[in-house]
Amino acid sequence: MSEQTKRSAGVPGSEDVFAVPGEPIADQAYLSSGADWDQIIESQRERADEIIVVNLGPQHPSTHGVMRLVLEMDGENVMSCRPGIGFLHTGIEKNSEYRTWTQGSTFFTRMNYVGGIHNEAAYSLAVDKLLDITDDIPRRGNQLRVLAMETNRIASHLTAVGANCLELGATSPQEVGLRERERILEFTEALTGLRMNNAYIRPGGVQNDMPDDGIDLLDELIKQLRINVPEIALFMLDNPIFKARTQHIGVLDLSTCMMLGMTGPVLRSTGYPWDLRKTQPYLGYDHYDFDVCTETSCDAYGRFKIRCDEMMQSLRILEQVRDELVESQGEPFRVQDPDLEWPSDLTVGADGQGNSNEHIKHIMGESMEALIHHFKKVTEGFKVPAGQVYVAIEGPAGELGAHLVSDGGTRPYRAHMRDPGFNHVQALPIMSEGAMLSDLLMALASIDPVMGGVDR
Amino acid sequence: MSEKNSEGRDPKVVGTADNPVAGPEEVTKGELIAEGTGSASELASGPHAHLDRVLVPQAPTEGPVVTVRKGMWGPGHGSGDTSGFSGMTRIIEMPGTATPPFGGWFDDVADRVAELVPHFASRVMIWRGEITFVVLREKLLEVVKALRDDPALRFEVCMSVSGVHYPEMTGSELHAVYDLLSYTHNRRIRLEVTCPDGDAHIPSVVPVYPMANFHERETWDMFGIIFDGHPALTRILMPDDWVGHPQRKDYPLGGIPVEYKGAVVPPPDERRSYQA
Repeated sequence: MSEQTKRSAGVPGSEDVFAVPGEPIADQAYLSSGADWDQIIESQRERADEIIVVNLGPQHPSTHGVMRLVLEMDGENVMSCRPGIGFLHTGIEKNSEYRTWTQGSTFFTRMNYVGGIHNEAAYSLAVDKLLDITDDIPRRGNQLRVLAMETNRIASHLTAVGANCLELGATSPQEVGLRERERILEFTEALTGLRMNNAYIRPGGVQNDMPDDGIDLLDELIKQLRINVPEIALFMLDNPIFKARTQHIGVLDLSTCMMLGMTGPVLRSTGYPWDLRKTQPYLGYDHYDFDVCTETSCDAYGRFKIRCDEMMQSLRILEQVRDELVESQGEPFRVQDPDLEWPSDLTVGADGQGNSNEHIKHIMGESMEALIHHFKKVTEGFKVPAGQVYVAIEGPAGELGAHLVSDGGTRPYRAHMRDPGFNHVQALPIMSEGAMLSDLLMALASIDPVMGGVDR
Repeated sequence: MSEKNSEGRDPKVVGTADNPVAGPEEVTKGELIAEGTGSASELASGPHAHLDRVLVPQAPTEGPVVTVRKGMWGPGHGSGDTSGFSGMTRIIEMPGTATPPFGGWFDDVADRVAELVPHFASRVMIWRGEITFVVLREKLLEVVKALRDDPALRFEVCMSVSGVHYPEMTGSELHAVYDLLSYTHNRRIRLEVTCPDGDAHIPSVVPVYPMANFHERETWDMFGIIFDGHPALTRILMPDDWVGHPQRKDYPLGGIPVEYKGAVVPPPDERRSYQA
């Protein structure tokens, strides 16, 4: 028995599972799942001065989904960090090439499932631009888009700050976060018919108008969020443990952020007020009165505070959208072009959401042309002129860009999403190498990657 | 880099709560000068003296052909074109191929790049208010370095690298598409670099734009474009031992027929459908 074989014997799960059959064991490998930690520590004690390779993930709760971090550890210090992603790759971009342009919303919302409405928005705005109908969208359509996006931004930030606290062992803020997010999801369900994966924002407008009691629900939502969302900041921002764990952690200054293409709260934590809603406005964001939140600390604490502040700014926008929606009551919410408008009139029936009885009656009993039109639009879709565009919006985590190529047909020729999380994961090594393992997890939480968006 | 860093520490404020900037510099349709106007001699005398050196000599003026489409029937096998339009043939071109002057700030950018790297583009496309430079691949690194470092250009970030596979563009089947953003000037431009399928090599922009690292790995993974000079060009989304590049057009979507109440629904890429 070789020296190495002997070393790995005796400890449960310590066989070198990475060696192919017949290959000599390279080194000692531990599978910690269910193993006896005492035994592992005991057998490793005499080699304590050696560098250990630790696989954090892919199923570690602190990695925000299925991400694997290959770490070289010297004791508690991270010597090198190599992120491994792709575990949640779903082929959405490839799949969307085989569906109509309208169905794209249904696919793209599933990328970053926490901020899904922003994916739909980036995609739909890109299709609008390909069709050259950006200026033809009725104002109510854009207002409903902003409404959906800003509620979704709060929900996404609540998840980000809640998970951040949970990773520190602070469970109460996560409970607040989940509770308030649930409130938002209930409102989103009333508005779109679904809690998540909404496919609400479509090319040419939105799927359906607000329900009759929508304004009342929105008023109640804003009122509750105004009271409850600041709770998280009150819990955490002055907490000495939280400060010790996040201040000067995961530092990225402005030039590093530029070098790594960081956007969103990470970029704004360097004091640079870059928010695409202000700097390259879309959907009429320039008409809303809100502040770009910045911090100058460049660290995880600053990013956390920015997210807390941005939720309050989103509430300000929601209050303004609410007044506009009251004013535009009854106006069209989709582009008024029979070639592009989705032929539907959705309502909630006894068996869930579906087309209203009036619409069914019209297409089935009154107008054969309407039936043909419905059939053509739903099965064939509409054509989009050949060309390519790149449209970027301010997603919850940063610049969310959609690069679409059309060949003049009824389906995307190529649809690519530039997800901020995908880009931000690149920054993990520079944020964490030389730091402690516990700091790495804070750095990870501060960039808020959602693996559905990272892997697409 | 030192100049860039010193500027980085004292960022130019582009917008504040009290004084939001109006928006990106947009070139409106009215500003765009119709293509074909303006001769080289006129250009040379204007403020943009280098515009006649943007394009390579004998640059094409018609758009690249994406595909030649016959009939109205899309993917799917097993039945003929029942639309009645099977004899129809259409040539689908990418729109917007333009010759200088381009209008608005497009001329400022094109002129400055042409001054630093003459004849860098084989084609310029302007469409929907966005400009695309199709850059010669041997000049790509020079061009991106100029775009990043020149004070008049300052495209600090390459936001996205995306691949596109055009199997019917013989000799330039694979495209890498770079979307650049200038924080300083609040502008966006797009670079496109093509390479033939048989020689799928494009120089990596990672030495200039480190943030393109993962994006180029994804483009290699999905399209098989080899980015020469990339520090570690390995698969990123697909497993390490995967064979093939899934987002190429010749790579099948996959899927199995699904039976439902006795009827069989074929996978999406084999369904009967219109592709007008």
